[in-house]
Amino acid sequence: MKADAMSGGFADAPIEAAHGFRAILGALSCPGAIVTVAGAAPPPPLSPAAGLAALVLFDGTTPVCLTGAHDSAAVRDWIGFHTGAPLVGPGQAMFALGDWVSLQPVTRFAIGTPEYPDRAATLIVEMDSLDNSGALLRGPGIGGTVRLSLPDIAAFQANRALFPLGFDTFLTCGGRLAGVPRSTIVEAG
Amino acid sequence: MSITPALDRPQALGLLARAPADRLTALFPDLPPHETLRAPEVGAVMVRGRQGGTGAPFNLGEMSVTRCSVRLPCGTAGHGYVQGRDKDHARRAAVLDALLQTSAADQLHASVLAILAADEAERRAARAARAGATKVEFFTMVRGEDQ
Amino acid sequence: MYVAVKGGERAIDNAHAFLAEERRGDPAIPDLSVAQIRAQMTLAVNRVMAEGSLYDPDLAALAIKQARGDLIEAIFLIRAYRTTLPRIGHSRPVDTGAMACIRRISATFKDAPGGQILGPTFDYTHRLLDFKLAAEGEAPQAPTGAGLADKMPRITDFLNREGLIQDEPPGEDTPPDMTRAPMEYPAGRALRLQALTRGDEGFVLGMAYSTQRGYGRNHPFVGELRIGTVTVEMDIPELGFAIEIGEITLTECETVNQFMGSKTEPPQFTRGYGLVFGQTERKAISMALVDRALRWKELGEENEGAPAQDEEFVLSHADNIQATGFLEHIKLPHYVDFQSELELIRKVRGAAQAAARKEAAK
Repeated sequence: MKADAMSGGFADAPIEAAHGFRAILGALSCPGAIVTVAGAAPPPPLSPAAGLAALVLFDGTTPVCLTGAHDSAAVRDWIGFHTGAPLVGPGQAMFALGDWVSLQPVTRFAIGTPEYPDRAATLIVEMDSLDNSGALLRGPGIGGTVRLSLPDIAAFQANRALFPLGFDTFLTCGGRLAGVPRSTIVEAG
Repeated sequence: MSITPALDRPQALGLLARAPADRLTALFPDLPPHETLRAPEVGAVMVRGRQGGTGAPFNLGEMSVTRCSVRLPCGTAGHGYVQGRDKDHARRAAVLDALLQTSAADQLHASVLAILAADEAERRAARAARAGATKVEFFTMVRGEDQ
Repeated sequence: MYVAVKGGERAIDNAHAFLAEERRGDPAIPDLSVAQIRAQMTLAVNRVMAEGSLYDPDLAALAIKQARGDLIEAIFLIRAYRTTLPRIGHSRPVDTGAMACIRRISATFKDAPGGQILGPTFDYTHRLLDFKLAAEGEAPQAPTGAGLADKMPRITDFLNREGLIQDEPPGEDTPPDMTRAPMEYPAGRALRLQALTRGDEGFVLGMAYSTQRGYGRNHPFVGELRIGTVTVEMDIPELGFAIEIGEITLTECETVNQFMGSKTEPPQFTRGYGLVFGQTERKAISMALVDRALRWKELGEENEGAPAQDEEFVLSHADNIQATGFLEHIKLPHYVDFQSELELIRKVRGAAQAAARKEAAK
């Protein structure tokens, strides 16, 4: 393992992990709200926001699927060293990390079972841009409506139709991220 | 670059993990400058056993473990995994692991590892000798029908 | 129904203070140190580690002090603490064949290769109170003998060579972990062993005893009981190889059970297995008996309907923290639901009395 893989983690893990977790919790409970996060310095193409999500959410018990350019030796080593998460194929993944194109088809990922809806995957989608424009979001955690530049609309509508099953999603871009849980209703803007 | 052939890197790390923390501190009190790659972290490792002693694995229970990763100014990385919850112990083990990959290895082998190994051998021999004293020596009685 | 009850805050604070004072006891008597508990109450420490499911003698000793010697409360403290620890990974399966034994006995072979090593046992003590221990300052020295072989052969291997004992199927599958996923039945042997090794000693002992008394009898002999230390090895991804991360004391019991054969299995000996943290031999033997009883299905035996053969019954009642949590919660305020019970009883009584009066007036 290269020494680079071992840097870029939290300098003060208890504090930074707590702040990071709070930010991610906030993003998922207020879908569409874009939050800025800090604390992770992962190797490219992993964004700092996706790196933070990895540090906060991944551990040895959360199998992770890396797709596309994110499935590189540098990213694998970084995630391995800092989180200990096992790397797996899409079917077994609790988290999937990549850009939207490489994550396709998203129907590969776990949506949970009626007995255990929590056994669903969370997608971390790396975006070239992320802003409050485009698709119209409604539902729990949203006061009225909010717009968010989703990479696709039909896929999120199909996922919402599975509720209470379905995957949850974080969109990440640079140091910013937004959450789109399975409960969010998506309409073309 | 290599440490003395008597003890390879996994063996040295094992010895550092099992050494009493205060003994290690006494043998190697002052840490040289180093960068922290992963701050000392207390965690749990699930210990596994085997069904029937030799069969498929099962989860026996956890043990507390503290780990730490460091880098020396020369770029050499070191990792410490030690039993228990002593963060200084983990950092000291990580720094020693890094130093043992440098030209300081021979000297550290003599001043730290050899002493820890001797301590451990003595500790184990003392237990084994006490257990050995409780070994049963059966006297067989000659019974009538066997004659 | 649970309703927040306010107003007890000062009483609770004072109760904690009273508890702390009682814990310390008479200040004229020296304070008991955690190191003393660790070094001199070892078997209590071992039980707390085994049932707390966390090998850390310092923490177990602290928990015993904090719990005033109530071991189930101490186990509760350890269980609560372990949930705060990040899971760094898992070890390679420990090799109990390479155990550095301090005790190793067989009830089946007198001349077991490696010998019968009694170790620090209560077995041949007379169970007479030793009033000399009431005097302080004793530091007895044990005699020493020749050391032991590094590796004690397994007794069951001798039977295995003749094919007289059922084989232990090998495997390297990742075992299920009851601390990460809810129990689902049928559980499988890996989960059963995990549940039994952390189960309550008294419960597992009771279940084992029930099989000896005829409720699912399985004719056990202690093929081998060994106590000693094993090293724990773990693969470290950033190193690319495995290292020893520590050394733990374990008790292992292998029972050899008479088995007359079934539709699927030939007559042979079968095995029960117990492996427990620390020097905990009563628990390890009990575990082996209960493990064997729970294996009736895979051996094609008859289900006699004995409690120890009922996997769901045994596994869902073996955990003393689950049990005591549910049991002890009934002493906490249930004022509102009791009020509704009271109303109901008054109403039913009133109706019954009215009916009785009506009957008398006839």
